Amino acid sequence: MAGSNKLLSMLVFAALLAPPAAYGAAPIEMTLKDHKFSPSVITVKAGEPFTIHLTNKDATADEFDSTALKVEKVVTGNSDGMVHIRPLAPGKYPFMGEYHAATAQGLVIAK
Amino acid sequence: MLATLVIVFREVIEAGLIVGIVLAATVGVARRGWWVLGGIVGGVLGACLVAAFAGELASLFEGSGQELFNATILLLAVCMLTWHNVWMAGHGRQMAREMKAVGAEVTAGTRSLAALAIVVGVAVLREGSEVVLFLYGIASQGGTTQGAMLLGGVLGVIAGAGVSALMFFGLLQIPAGKLFSVTAWLITLLAAGMAAQAVLFIQQGGYLDVLQSTVWDTSWLLPEDSIAGRLLHTLIGYSDAPNGAQIVAYVATVAIIMGLTRWEHARHPRGNSIPTPA
Repeated sequence: MAGSNKLLSMLVFAALLAPPAAYGAAPIEMTLKDHKFSPSVITVKAGEPFTIHLTNKDATADEFDSTALKVEKVVTGNSDGMVHIRPLAPGKYPFMGEYHAATAQGLVIAK
Repeated sequence: MLATLVIVFREVIEAGLIVGIVLAATVGVARRGWWVLGGIVGGVLGACLVAAFAGELASLFEGSGQELFNATILLLAVCMLTWHNVWMAGHGRQMAREMKAVGAEVTAGTRSLAALAIVVGVAVLREGSEVVLFLYGIASQGGTTQGAMLLGGVLGVIAGAGVSALMFFGLLQIPAGKLFSVTAWLITLLAAGMAAQAVLFIQQGGYLDVLQSTVWDTSWLLPEDSIAGRLLHTLIGYSDAPNGAQIVAYVATVAIIMGLTRWEHARHPRGNSIPTPA
């Protein structure tokens, strides 16, 4: 048991230390203002991971949330955050700002 | 108001189902109410702390602090759930016997309760911090709809608690002899689902970029953001489009819990098979 635990923790550690190389491409800039995304529709290449750099210009926090993209990330007010998204199959993937879903809606198109 | 109700309900239900399972898994154990209450109170306090320092937390680890924090507390819960099931495999019979003999509460399960209290605390912390941030945003915005939205939040908490109570009382309908076996399975799948979710957070943080491709997609059959999809996501870790690393984590967690449970069971030859999820 002890041996496999050690191996497991080493693997986890190695995985955590490895630089997030797959996200090397320049992030896609996106802002959230008045609880709306801009741009609200982005097109990405299918099969490649990418990153959205989300700048929240509102005073309150919001959560970049998408069950289709399998991400949820809180970005506090007047701050920014990186949203890493894994490779997508071609298709359309809606996302929203969960705390203001009435207006904060967007779409990722993977081609 | 309705939007607020829906969001709060959704978060409360996720933590609440876990509380319901924990309460059912510890039926008959002395002072379990206090342990669970302690977990909830600790979770709420922790949620407020996490919400207050959300910005600072997020900026750790090159902007992936939030993801790694979520993954860490989920994995902590997985360890605690595993420990509970393994412990029950060794002590379940003793507990069942005591319950019959005394006809009331037993003290044997107290140590295992501490582990489950941590699970409750973690669940409340994770979902609660989102509710706190959300409601804080409403409260600080002002406006005429503020009162209605806060009312929606309160109703959401009540509705979520109601569904959790249904879960608990539903589980209590199971005959006592089988209850431990059912809750052992529920806890095993709950832990596996949490492990898979933790993997997702680690990937979202930009780490562990292996087996990231979606393996199957059942969103046409049962979308994860439908009510049934969400319930199953919380209970057994249902994902409508899991990736390879998540599936590995899920299967490995089930296998490890089953293996450890059998091993512990074998060490206590007089323990019966009630709590063994196998």
